[in-house]
Amino acid sequence: MADVLEVTDATWDADVLKSDLPVLIDFWAPWCGPCRMVAPIVQELSEEYAGKVTFMKLNTDENPMVPSKFGIRSIPSLLIFDKGELKGTVVGFRPKSDLKKRIDEALTV
Amino acid sequence: MQQLDLAIIGGGGAGLTAALYAARARRSIIVFEGNVTGGQIATTDKVENYPGFPEGVNGFDLAQLFLQQAEKFGAEVAYERVESLKRLEDGAFEVTSTERTVRARAVIVTAGADYNKLGVAGETELTGRGVSYCGTCDAAFFAGQKVIVVGGGDAAMDEGMFITRYAESVEVVHRRDELRASAILQERAFANPKMSFTWDTVVEAIEGDGKVERAVLRNLKTGETTIRAVDGVFIFIGQVPNNHILKGLVELDAGGHALVDLQMRTSVPGLFVAGDLRTQAARQLISAAGDGATAAIAAEHYLTELDAGA
Repeated sequence: MADVLEVTDATWDADVLKSDLPVLIDFWAPWCGPCRMVAPIVQELSEEYAGKVTFMKLNTDENPMVPSKFGIRSIPSLLIFDKGELKGTVVGFRPKSDLKKRIDEALTV
Repeated sequence: MQQLDLAIIGGGGAGLTAALYAARARRSIIVFEGNVTGGQIATTDKVENYPGFPEGVNGFDLAQLFLQQAEKFGAEVAYERVESLKRLEDGAFEVTSTERTVRARAVIVTAGADYNKLGVAGETELTGRGVSYCGTCDAAFFAGQKVIVVGGGDAAMDEGMFITRYAESVEVVHRRDELRASAILQERAFANPKMSFTWDTVVEAIEGDGKVERAVLRNLKTGETTIRAVDGVFIFIGQVPNNHILKGLVELDAGGHALVDLQMRTSVPGLFVAGDLRTQAARQLISAAGDGATAAIAAEHYLTELDAGA
């Protein structure tokens, strides 16, 4: 079982922008209730998409730079990057099936 | 097709309580929830009017307790949006979600309500980029910034005060010259040094390049328009009932809420509506939970009669 790894302001470029695989980043904070419901779904998706998409999480309390750069003012927010480019954004809690659809869409365009 | 005794549509306070009662009655049930369990309560920072919690309790945590208690007795929540509800010829129901269709002998609809939108330019485009409908969710992104809160009810005051924990200032923009909020919340809001009040005024447009930068305000009495530099616009102007699956099936009141009797029965046998979606609801967590219990007990009677007749 692959764990969803933490990405930080400092490791963003290397982990996300320079990743060979597409990356989905779960923007969360400890005080955010709905984020606690997203986390287990992201964990499940990371297993289903193993080898195809990398899943990471970013704590917006500890890492203000990346959220600010992408204008994130609401969490949970999920951002999908491929080859350093932003391919999709999901704001707010969505059921797993919705997320799969959004990931598949973002990565086939 | 999955065959069930009871389908519950909506996993908020009413739905989770109905699930608890029906699961304890050993019925086969499913709860459909298209968003976060707990519904509106899940994004409430502090619930102070639910008995049993004298210190208050975080809404999300309380919703999780509701969920755990229902699950403990075997209730299962499917995180899927319900798209249609059909009554079959034999009196049973067909519930179709984004993922599946189930057949249920009885249905309790507890789909609740969604927040109203202002319907002004910029609102949709800037949602999540400074426009928000949830202070407890998004306030932390407005540390040291200027925020407008639209509305004059309990939610506007509650959330506005929460936002002052982060924001430099919260300007309440209200279309009337007095608040609708309960007396205790009004007292606290007026005493909060970070909160100011702009009366008889509406937000006409929200502007900004990729994020909220300005709001256009119009005074309803003078007609005067002002442009305000702000970083966030939080909107709390009431709710609309989530009644789309009920349309054409049960009678609705003028506000779109389902007509039910004191046992939460609609005019359709086996179909119950409980919580904020029913007519004349008090729209409180405690009354929603009470409705859920009432509906589950009425549904149990209905199923018992069906069992006896079959």
